[in-house]
Amino acid sequence: MSQQKTTSQMTGAKMVVQALKDQGVEVVFGYPGGAVLPIYDELFQQNEIRHVLVRHEQGATHMAEGYARSTGKPGVVLVTSGPGATNAVTGITDALMDSIPMIVLSGQVPTFLIGTDGFQEADTVGITRPCTKNNWLVKDPDRLAETIHQAFHVATSGRPGPVLVDIPKDVQFAEGTYTPPQKAKVDHYQPRVKGDIDAITALVEMLEQAERPIFYTGGGVINSGPAACQLLVELADATGIPVTSTLMGLGAYPASGKQWIGMLGMHGLYEANMAMHDCDLMVNIGARFDDRITGRVNAFSPNSRKVHIDIDPSSINKVIRVDLPILGDVGHVLEDLLRIWKSRGRKTNREGLAQWWKQIDAWKAVNCLAYKGSESIIKPQLALQRLEALTKGRDRYITTEVGQHQMWAAQYLNFDGPNRWMTSGGLGTMGYGLPASIGVQIAHPDALVINVAGEASWLMNMQEMGTAVQFRTPVKQFILNNERLGMVRQWQQLLHGERYSHSWSESLPDFVKLAEAFGCKGIRAEHPDELDDAIMAMLDYDGPVIFDCLVERHENCLPMIPSGNAHNDMLLPSDDVRGAITGIGLTLV
Amino acid sequence: MSPLHIQQGSSKHSAYDLRDPHSDIIESHTLAVIVANEPGVLARVIGLFSGRGYNIESLTVAETDHKGHLSRITIVTKGTPAVIEQIKAQLGRIVPVHEVHDLTVEGASVERELALLKVEGKGDARIEALRLAEIFRANVVDSTLGSFVFEITGAPSKIDAFADLMRPLGLTELARTGVAALPRGGAMG
Repeated sequence: MSQQKTTSQMTGAKMVVQALKDQGVEVVFGYPGGAVLPIYDELFQQNEIRHVLVRHEQGATHMAEGYARSTGKPGVVLVTSGPGATNAVTGITDALMDSIPMIVLSGQVPTFLIGTDGFQEADTVGITRPCTKNNWLVKDPDRLAETIHQAFHVATSGRPGPVLVDIPKDVQFAEGTYTPPQKAKVDHYQPRVKGDIDAITALVEMLEQAERPIFYTGGGVINSGPAACQLLVELADATGIPVTSTLMGLGAYPASGKQWIGMLGMHGLYEANMAMHDCDLMVNIGARFDDRITGRVNAFSPNSRKVHIDIDPSSINKVIRVDLPILGDVGHVLEDLLRIWKSRGRKTNREGLAQWWKQIDAWKAVNCLAYKGSESIIKPQLALQRLEALTKGRDRYITTEVGQHQMWAAQYLNFDGPNRWMTSGGLGTMGYGLPASIGVQIAHPDALVINVAGEASWLMNMQEMGTAVQFRTPVKQFILNNERLGMVRQWQQLLHGERYSHSWSESLPDFVKLAEAFGCKGIRAEHPDELDDAIMAMLDYDGPVIFDCLVERHENCLPMIPSGNAHNDMLLPSDDVRGAITGIGLTLV
Repeated sequence: MSPLHIQQGSSKHSAYDLRDPHSDIIESHTLAVIVANEPGVLARVIGLFSGRGYNIESLTVAETDHKGHLSRITIVTKGTPAVIEQIKAQLGRIVPVHEVHDLTVEGASVERELALLKVEGKGDARIEALRLAEIFRANVVDSTLGSFVFEITGAPSKIDAFADLMRPLGLTELARTGVAALPRGGAMG
């Protein structure tokens, strides 16, 4: 008894480290500061948890996101009070929008100074309340361990998301009783994972009869886990129903699969968007009818019955009204769905489906990703096609920044498995990709990790190259350098009479010299002829690389559903893009 | 019972199908939200309304179960049926929210509000104010030679009516608690 008492008594700082160990945490991304020194002192005195020193707290959050998205495990961030916490806000919001499990531990000024505008004091729980699933300020050391366990539970249960635990410095020094994970109270927050069987049976009936069905899948499939992705593959292949996916869901169904018809949405494929518009049964599996997906809402897939499988009740009927909501975890629902469909004799509308595929093949023949090649300038599409070809079959993970390059990467790179594609979808955070690639590489030291970037986005968190070099993460920074804010420039061309207001960067750094300054390798490709050799040199180099790929400056990212248009009203590469956005589309983003 | 008061995952019993979803008619709903009594919960609930552009007509909150660490927030909100459903779903997914009840659709309920009204006046107006207070069963809780403070309890509409009558008689200050509401009859559900 007394033995047990002595082992469970410890300082708050020790509790933090013990709780992380008990939660199976292997790596923490963080940056020390005054209000977290006791926790850093504990980290110093152990070897089980690895600490990755970032260069800016935003970098820590994106690394944690990359780590989480590529492993399925929660990412952990440790930051100090005040600016440490506020710097993390962008990454926390990013994780909320993309449903990434993340635990942020922040230091806080001691409890007796809270509210006095103390040095490096900020109302961290107040600031992060709207961008976390939940957050806690712990004032009692006896509650600290339990709160951290609850934080892990909340971050990883139901629809995943970021949480934050704010820990005042005096609580880190104070002694208290450690609560092990098994004893932490988590019973109140237990989202339902099993879908309603009546509703699933109703969906099976719809699938049996539908002439033009489509699976519209999203990040929820990936969040549900590899088993859910496998069930999706089984369901799609067995029924012969076409599969399209959102940006966040790429890889859940393999791009090499027979039913795959490509990404949908604003820069999705023509065939995917046309199929969404013309289908008679739309089954949304773990997606959320985001505005990048729907186009004009009142013209969205006008003749279909819509089914929505989602674990979050607030996703249902938020944007698009559906005929059949199924609340539950994708994996559980698909398992029941397959079982019921099989037990009823594996029926589909064969004739209808055959016609449907004929139509889809006709749309595919439009070849919406065609682009005009060049002998003298590297087209960004070509750069990605060559990257795809030269990395095929490798154990490859891709992260991106935000903009044209991101959409081209989604269009021209293929993903045959989940957790291989890390991108900022909901928030659209420039500066995400470089730190995310480091987080991925930390989790998969031997894999090939490439950040497909634009030069403008990449500069937003370029300080993290220091982290990449220090921690020997051989991340490849594949920068499509058009010396422009490409997507902004494209919109100015489409929407603002070709007045390119502040959408180009003067005095860009010499990326090769920059690489050398960071102690890594720089490679530049300026001509299509040297592209393959340059990419191979990047892949062969055993260390971080900054690859400066000078590409066509005024290339537009197409196809595109202009803002305010319907799915069947796309801009194709052959169209004139000037004045393409009109009416209500002018006010949309 | 689920926070949404619907059988989770079921289309047949879904609260989403209760009314015409496409209706543009603005409805007033009274929601009872049972929350864990911990710091920041009220801010999270209110932040949801301001952050997503929903209306709060009235809001009351107090601890109702000390042992269970539970508080009850009563919110009167306005919106189209689709917006009301979103509000309930968004409230339901807040981690420290235990239950969300829409008293407007879950059968009959009683709503009460308390108000204090300061009425200043002399002569006939003063006598008239006192006479009307009696009719409305308002109590005099403070009195000077030139003023009364009335306490009145009732449905919000009754308080509106009483305040309207008092205005020409010298109403100078009005304090209202906001609505507290409970379903009629036995236990919820």
